[in-house]
Amino acid sequence: MYSNNVDYYRATSVADAVKMLQKNKGAKLLAGGHSLVPAMKLRVAQPTMLVDIGRIKSLSGIKAGKKEVKIGALTTHATVAASAELKTACPILSEAAALIADQQVRNRGTMGGSLANADPAADYPTLMLALDATFTITGSKGEREVEANKFFKDLFTTALKSDEVLTSITVPAYGNMPGMGGAYLKHRHPASSYAVVGVAAMIGLMDGKVARAVVVVGGITGNPMHAVAVESALAGLEPTEANIAAAADKMDIEATMGDSYASSEYRAHLAKVMAKRALTLAAQRAGG
Amino acid sequence: MSKYVGASMKRREDPRFIQGRGSYVANLKLPNMAYLAIKRSPYAHAKIKSIKTDKAKKLPGVVGVFTGADTSDVGMLPSGWNVPGIKVPANRVLQTDKVRHVGDRVAMVVAEDPYIAQDALDLIEVDYEPLPAVTDAKKATEAGAPQVHDDVPNNTSYTWALGDKEACDKAFAEADKVVELDLINQRLIATAIEPRAAVAQWDAFKEEMTLWTTSQNPNLTRVVLSAFLIGIPEHKLRLISPDVGGGFGSKIPTYPEEALVPWAARKVGRPVKWVATRSESAMSDTQGRDHVTHCKLALRKDGTITGLHVATWANNGAYISLVASLIPTAFYVTLLSGLYKIPGIYGEVWGTLTNTVWVDAYRGAGRPEAAYVVERLVDAAAREMKMDPIEFRRKNFIPASEFPYQTPVALQYDSGNYAGVMDKAVELSGYSALRAAQAEARKKGRLVGVGIAACIEASGPVPSKVAGALGGVTGFWESGGLRVHATGKVTALTGSHSHGQGHETTFAQIVADELGISIDDVDIVHGDTAVITNGMGTYGSRSTSVGGSALVRSAEKVRAKMMKIAAHQLEAPLDELIYDKEQGKVYVKGVPSKAKAFGELAFAAYTAHNLPEGLEPGLEEDTYYDPANFTYPNSVHIAQVEIDRDTGEVTIQKYVAVDDVGKVINPLIVEGQVTGGVAQGVGQALWEHGKYDENGQLISANLLEYAMPHAHQFPPLQTGRTETPSPHNPLGVKGVGEMGTIASTPTIVNAVLDALAPLGIRHLDMPLTPEKIWRAMQAKS
Repeated sequence: MYSNNVDYYRATSVADAVKMLQKNKGAKLLAGGHSLVPAMKLRVAQPTMLVDIGRIKSLSGIKAGKKEVKIGALTTHATVAASAELKTACPILSEAAALIADQQVRNRGTMGGSLANADPAADYPTLMLALDATFTITGSKGEREVEANKFFKDLFTTALKSDEVLTSITVPAYGNMPGMGGAYLKHRHPASSYAVVGVAAMIGLMDGKVARAVVVVGGITGNPMHAVAVESALAGLEPTEANIAAAADKMDIEATMGDSYASSEYRAHLAKVMAKRALTLAAQRAGG
Repeated sequence: MSKYVGASMKRREDPRFIQGRGSYVANLKLPNMAYLAIKRSPYAHAKIKSIKTDKAKKLPGVVGVFTGADTSDVGMLPSGWNVPGIKVPANRVLQTDKVRHVGDRVAMVVAEDPYIAQDALDLIEVDYEPLPAVTDAKKATEAGAPQVHDDVPNNTSYTWALGDKEACDKAFAEADKVVELDLINQRLIATAIEPRAAVAQWDAFKEEMTLWTTSQNPNLTRVVLSAFLIGIPEHKLRLISPDVGGGFGSKIPTYPEEALVPWAARKVGRPVKWVATRSESAMSDTQGRDHVTHCKLALRKDGTITGLHVATWANNGAYISLVASLIPTAFYVTLLSGLYKIPGIYGEVWGTLTNTVWVDAYRGAGRPEAAYVVERLVDAAAREMKMDPIEFRRKNFIPASEFPYQTPVALQYDSGNYAGVMDKAVELSGYSALRAAQAEARKKGRLVGVGIAACIEASGPVPSKVAGALGGVTGFWESGGLRVHATGKVTALTGSHSHGQGHETTFAQIVADELGISIDDVDIVHGDTAVITNGMGTYGSRSTSVGGSALVRSAEKVRAKMMKIAAHQLEAPLDELIYDKEQGKVYVKGVPSKAKAFGELAFAAYTAHNLPEGLEPGLEEDTYYDPANFTYPNSVHIAQVEIDRDTGEVTIQKYVAVDDVGKVINPLIVEGQVTGGVAQGVGQALWEHGKYDENGQLISANLLEYAMPHAHQFPPLQTGRTETPSPHNPLGVKGVGEMGTIASTPTIVNAVLDALAPLGIRHLDMPLTPEKIWRAMQAKS
């Protein structure tokens, strides 16, 4: 549990951090340090320099508007879990954040850090895909925005370039919209507390029928995926128990992840069961 | 009336722990200290063809790099418990020819800091020739299995059998019904919160070594190091085990690192420190359990148990650890009678070697394995006989009137009231309401189960004569000394060691009451061989029954000497004096005003101005207490679980633990021990598994994979007690450290199988993970 030799630099601004990343090819950003530091201790990650952005105040905080909520990349899981604004505007995020790891990790781990790491067993990527989130990224050429469905490229791989900093995440304030409901369910690994399977469901109701259904499954493939067959099966129908069950049964994402705790076959089964339960909960909330 | 014994006192040691001010080995920093790291094998089984250390030696900051060729002056790691016929293979502190498990030791580095040491490890080049590995306790004995040691044929280090074979065979020949099970009691990793660590300092002028080490038994470790390993005479070797963060058995054995660190300190002439990483602990600390068992129960038509036959293959790992051969023999087969009257019991054990990390005592150590066999069989039998599992157990309990009870497997149970414990558990759990609720739930298709286990433990090991007869190399007494100071304050010395048990509180309660003084005037000292000359340490729930009893005996001696001084000074005959344990004074019978206070007598003992003729000054007494028998804590635990039909997930809805641990010194600590113990046992039932793949890779070598219990997985625990004092120790205590762990594992497995019974599922092996249960349900649907 002793890392390789590594230089440390405390960045004073995002521009400063970008400059250091450009100058040092082996550099990595350090935010909460709850994914990177353990990986370094196991010598799985071996950066030559840590560029610490943890004290850049402008990267932290939640700004809720009527239609959108903008969350600074350095906002901790604990802040997201406790945020009154999010509980109203985008409650699924608070619900999910409260399920991440334990209180100590939630106090340090950041939303941006988790997303940039793109761990297939993380919770946030699944949520962001379900919410059609937008990622704001700053690099040497200025700022750009990337949609969630273009952000996650593969296991531990994102659209971020080596000299770019994820600065904020924008999600819809669906809690302010009538007829919208969401739910996140997680099968927690008994050791790591990571998601073995995580399912985010969103339901938009119009005149008692499902105008829009979103089901995103994390943990069974390298990056989270929409369960398109389930989503389309439910569209236009009333969210009855039978309709939801029939739609969830259409889950057809091929599970590629598996380990000694949960095989890919079991994960695929869990995805189906959890999709049904998450959709049921989301529909209830949409109706309420 | 005792002032302190029986009171729920908060632990005196907790303020420092809660505030992060404990002083652990890893906290120690000495001037000019260097850091040691160990190069470990990535293979489960391989020949070492060559080890090249030149690159590592050249790394700036490296003080030294050493291999087994350098440490050839260190002795072999010994076995401290030798059952008859045992073959103990050679085990060097650094291996030279072959590695036999992932994590086996091939070289070490001493460097200026732990980071450089780690970098240097990466520069050591070891050329291995990988060999086929065997990990399964039973498969290791089969023809064609890879041989772990050339001089241990069939990988069988020892075999052991106990019981009445004739009576057992007869029971099965005449049985109306036989219930059989194949059980795997899986490998566990102890995972004490504090990883092992050692710091050594050599004084070249005095030729004295001081070793700070995370041991449950520093005196015992000193003997082993001195006599077998590093050749430093015992009086020149000081061991200090300061605050130690949990052991669970894994800090009993003498470890190679405890020899390597002092060896390196002497070699480089600097203090040397080694602290295990979490992954390193997982692959080098002794692990627990790992039995493959075939067992069967013989029954009469009316549900009377007449016989039990058990055949167990016990995995010892790659080498024989310090007391490894004790655990699956005298701590296992002897417990197979459980709480039941079974005329014909016969148990056979094969102690095998495999390419896995070595196995030794782990909380309960053999006794949980025995309880699991008995309680799984009893539950299965009750189901087969269509009897309520509680009624079935009651029918077969040893009645309270038959104590002392001689079992067919060597032990003599001294006391007990098992029906009384059962009554209390039934009442506390609302058993009939649980069954009614279960019937309702089943109607709705819900999978609700109620599980019971009724268990016994043999605690407080071991009468030294018995240990000697069974293969023990040492005795198993305990030392307890009292140093009464001239000012009336008391330092109590114990050879027991606290690594979470709360000795500083419990033992102070005992001593204060025995002498009739304030608990604030008593300090407990443990864990330093310079102060505690001899001791046996803490394991097997022995501290209070053996170590506490030693202190009681010393207090009796202190009181006796004080009486003599008082008699002299009060000019009264000795038999007219009374030692008032409430007030802490000696007075003349019928004349309470004619008295000498504890402080006055202590002072008088040291001024020595006016002592009886021939009485030595001073007030210090020592005792070596050898227990007359084991103690026999027993328990009934009842749990209710529900299984998610769709996912196989288990939720514990209710847990009731009723334990008879004899007289209770501190109910708060007892409650804590039961709570922690239950959680640990449930950990085995549902989550924990030290898992090796077919190549012997330990795939649960870190806490991302190895699932420890979490608080949120438990409902509030309901505990209850009955108190049947142990008849043979002065405190009447039995020990509480392991009972929770022993009982909770079968309780939860029985509850899960009860929930699954309507589906026709009779058996699952632990841990009962959701996927395992889901697959079993799938197979039946």
